[in-house]
Amino acid sequence: MALIDLANPTRFLSLTGRILPWLAAATALVFAYGFWLTAGAPDDYQQGATVKIMFLHVPSAWLAMFGWVVMSIAALGTLVWRHPLADMAAKAAAPIGAAFTLICLITGSLWGRPMWGTYWVWDARLTSVFVLFLMYLGVIALWRTIDDPTRAGRAAAILTLVGAINIPIIKFSVDWWNTLHQPASVVKMSGPAIHPTILLPLLVMAIAFTLLFITLHLAAMRNEILKRRIRSMHMMQAEAAPGR
Amino acid sequence: MSGLGALFLRDIRIAIRIGGGAMIGVLFFMLVVTLMPFAIGPDLALLTRIGPAILWLGALLASLLALDRLLAADQEDGSLDLLTMGNAPLELAVGVKALAHWLTTALPLVIAAPLLALFLNLDGAATGAVAATLLVGTPALTFIGLIGAALTVTLRRGGLLLPVLILPLAVPVLIFGVAASNAAVVGPVTFGTPFTILCALTLMSLVVGPFAAAAALRAGQE
Repeated sequence: MALIDLANPTRFLSLTGRILPWLAAATALVFAYGFWLTAGAPDDYQQGATVKIMFLHVPSAWLAMFGWVVMSIAALGTLVWRHPLADMAAKAAAPIGAAFTLICLITGSLWGRPMWGTYWVWDARLTSVFVLFLMYLGVIALWRTIDDPTRAGRAAAILTLVGAINIPIIKFSVDWWNTLHQPASVVKMSGPAIHPTILLPLLVMAIAFTLLFITLHLAAMRNEILKRRIRSMHMMQAEAAPGR
Repeated sequence: MSGLGALFLRDIRIAIRIGGGAMIGVLFFMLVVTLMPFAIGPDLALLTRIGPAILWLGALLASLLALDRLLAADQEDGSLDLLTMGNAPLELAVGVKALAHWLTTALPLVIAAPLLALFLNLDGAATGAVAATLLVGTPALTFIGLIGAALTVTLRRGGLLLPVLILPLAVPVLIFGVAASNAAVVGPVTFGTPFTILCALTLMSLVVGPFAAAAALRAGQE
């Protein structure tokens, strides 16, 4: 099945309608396994039980960036290939990405209070993630300001691609500016620098979060398709109204 | 090419003759700098230390104030449609417009900055560093702003949305502009390192800005 086969919204609706329950069930199962592993994970010798905040914090940080990457690919789909579903994919991803960015910021500051002694510092990683959150809000505001969905889609796609320049800056900020936030420890050339007892729950939670993202994203895309159908029905009804 | 030249001259003439746009920007810049000692307190040592940051913030806000008019006036009287349909590539046309806009609104800010630096008790080296970073950095602000202006030009409340879209993208320019100015005075790093990155950001915005703005205008016109 090629991507272009999904261009027909009706086919997309029927396919995702069949897939979604299974995806949701898989998400719940992996989350259950992840929580079980998390409960069994040992406390850190320095940080104690607070290290477990990481199992929420790190996956949501990954998804905060993943959300923008999804939007950027969708933006290419809108501008280059004019794929009819790309608009909806981009629009549906923005609030979800913003939510994960917010979760990342909140859990991070709750973790920072006992570890660093402060809820917030203006460190490179924290600041760039906060800027990412503001960028999400900007894109959502642009979506809401323009009435016509196709025009809004193109404008948001351009803004998304320009903003995508910020993503590598966030990813590498901890390596470029060596400030308070610790440098990358899972994905690096010399292999992960975390003990397996903590790495395994982290990876399982990351998979669970990613599944949650995909589930929410597909559901939001379905809602968006239905919303646009209702919108065009309203338009047709208004046009056909007698006595104009 | 003569068409683009004519556009350039026209934009500069309009900016100089009508509305006094450049002077308003400088006046706003001066007001921001004046407000700072009221908010922070008249401690000259403190003002010296944060002076470069104040000047950069003031310039950023003043250039933001003028962005609204970069394309809006042409949209209102219909000449933007002519530009879109004209022979010259739209990318070049909006680039030329942004250049004229930079010359008439941002360059006066750069010229006014050393004078305002006196108010903030900056010494010669710091003043020179701030002026140099502003000279190099403000084109980036204008060309990033061009994207926002193009995205919001057809919107009724576009003027309100513009800063929300633009300021996150302007953060790196602000960081490296202030970092270079501070490095020239106290900083642990040399002036050259952040200054070179600032130059790179400006060059990148010179390329990305016109293309994104032209794409946004085409998308908005349909």
